Amino acid sequence: VSNRVFCAVAFAVAAAAFALSLAVENEFYIRAAFVVLQFLVLATAWNLLGGYTGYVNFGTAAFFALGAYGSVVMEKLAPLPIPALVLVGGVVSGAVGLGMGYLTLRLRGAFFAIATLALAVVLQTLITNWDFVGGSRGAYIIAPAEIELLGHRIGYIRYLFLVMLLLSVIAVATARSIERSRLGFGFAAIRDDEQALIATTLSGALMGMAGAPYPFYITYLDPASGFNLNYAVNSIAMPLIGGMTSWVGPIVGALLIGTIQQFAIVTSFLGASPAVNLLVVGALLVAFVILAPRGIVGMMARHKGG
Amino acid sequence: MVSLDLLVSAIVAGILLGGFYAAMTVGVSISFGMLDIVNIAHPAFIILGSYIAYIVNARLGIDPVVASILAAPLFYALGALIYQIYHVAFERRGDEALRGLAFFFGLLFITEVALILVFGVDYRFVETGYVGTTLHLGPIYLPLRMLVPFVCSLALVGGLQLFLTRSFIGRAIMAVSQDQLALQLMAANPVKIKRIAFALSIASAGIAGALLIIIQPVEPSIGRDYIGRVFAICVLGGMGSFPGMVVAALLLGIVESITATFYGPSWAPAVAFGCLLLTLAFRPAGILGRHA
Repeated sequence: VSNRVFCAVAFAVAAAAFALSLAVENEFYIRAAFVVLQFLVLATAWNLLGGYTGYVNFGTAAFFALGAYGSVVMEKLAPLPIPALVLVGGVVSGAVGLGMGYLTLRLRGAFFAIATLALAVVLQTLITNWDFVGGSRGAYIIAPAEIELLGHRIGYIRYLFLVMLLLSVIAVATARSIERSRLGFGFAAIRDDEQALIATTLSGALMGMAGAPYPFYITYLDPASGFNLNYAVNSIAMPLIGGMTSWVGPIVGALLIGTIQQFAIVTSFLGASPAVNLLVVGALLVAFVILAPRGIVGMMARHKGG
Repeated sequence: MVSLDLLVSAIVAGILLGGFYAAMTVGVSISFGMLDIVNIAHPAFIILGSYIAYIVNARLGIDPVVASILAAPLFYALGALIYQIYHVAFERRGDEALRGLAFFFGLLFITEVALILVFGVDYRFVETGYVGTTLHLGPIYLPLRMLVPFVCSLALVGGLQLFLTRSFIGRAIMAVSQDQLALQLMAANPVKIKRIAFALSIASAGIAGALLIIIQPVEPSIGRDYIGRVFAICVLGGMGSFPGMVVAALLLGIVESITATFYGPSWAPAVAFGCLLLTLAFRPAGILGRHA
């Protein structure tokens, strides 16, 4: 299927999902779906680098938080509509990704991984000390209750959900087209520094874009929630559990793990706290890398292939 | 005005701090520097060591350092178990780069969250007779809270260095870091040697944890603050070299202490990260590296 047809189908799926969401009365479910899609974008973005070039990024939270804090800064300086903020987040995080990649990608992959881990700690320190964005106290963002879209008034959370749906389409279409161009040009070019650099930049940009709407969703952003390690753990666990070799894997992982987590939070299943959620994801990650290194998609393919 | 006294005491405090960093890093120098195993969960095991020292100290009143030495065999066994899993699941499949890293990342989280679930996020500290005492040498202050970990740390690194250079197994570990094939020709099993080395690295993490909780109160997630530091020191020191690592640890301690004294403690983590990035960008073989 060509990229153009794929994009058309993906947009149709997104439009159907949005139409379906309008039928859901309880906005609680829309909030949960927003979070799952946020993870879908992050997992797909992570896999652009991890799945296709083998570089491990532990700093998803840093790129995500950069996008979120980019929105906070813009809101204080010159308020912009969400799509513009998404672009700002993408540019800021993409630039940081490019810089990180430029400094460390020519070395062994382990150094890149360690550098991203340290990046998250240091950026959090900087933001915590930056009073303009609220420092450690955090910043309040006032989101309107409703917004007018094509002549209809819809709840703001539905609008954010729509933005995240479109971001998901962009992320998945990007992943798929990179995957296809890679296969097309042959494997010789994969280890190429320039390709890795492009992947780092795109991956960072998508993570920043996913973070940009977050302050309006949460309405109160502090360093602890923006840099929550939840993002780093899930964005690594979801592709590894779903399967890293194709764009389908991160989607499967994100929808599965994300939905289970949201379900656990909503129903307080087994007294689930955020800590228990993290523990479960961590344990699943370890179990999958040891027992099923190809992930769910890999296992399915093997069954089908016989 | 920069006063000389202030600078001198900042440097002394930095040396004490840096000496302690050597204990935190020595295990990474073994696992990452010699065995090429990127154990990013090392600081999590250090925090586990802090909590074990805390429990033993609170329940039985035993000195944390003594407690950590008593617990060292447990950490050694834990390390041997982790290496065995790592070897079977990743090293043998040639899959250590990506999934091996993810494995240690998962271990980091399991350890941290398990500690949070058991102990909560409150800061814990130990009670010893010397924590509040400070020695005065003219204008120089030597708090025992820092001096004891400093001395223990150098003893730990020195002991490990002696073991590696003088004992048969130690030399085999050094050999495995250079050339696995040569070791096989000597009829030594490289997997067994690597298991011993990795187990030793985890045992050193347990002891470093006890030293950490003497220096400062500990809560489960502070381990993450040290990941950047220990890997920066390990790389800066030239990966597997202990003398280089100690020099790098002292340097980082001094730079951090001076930064904290003159610019405020909130900038200290940025120092380690800056050192790490600069090292990776300009001198990946480290300051005393054998090969550039």
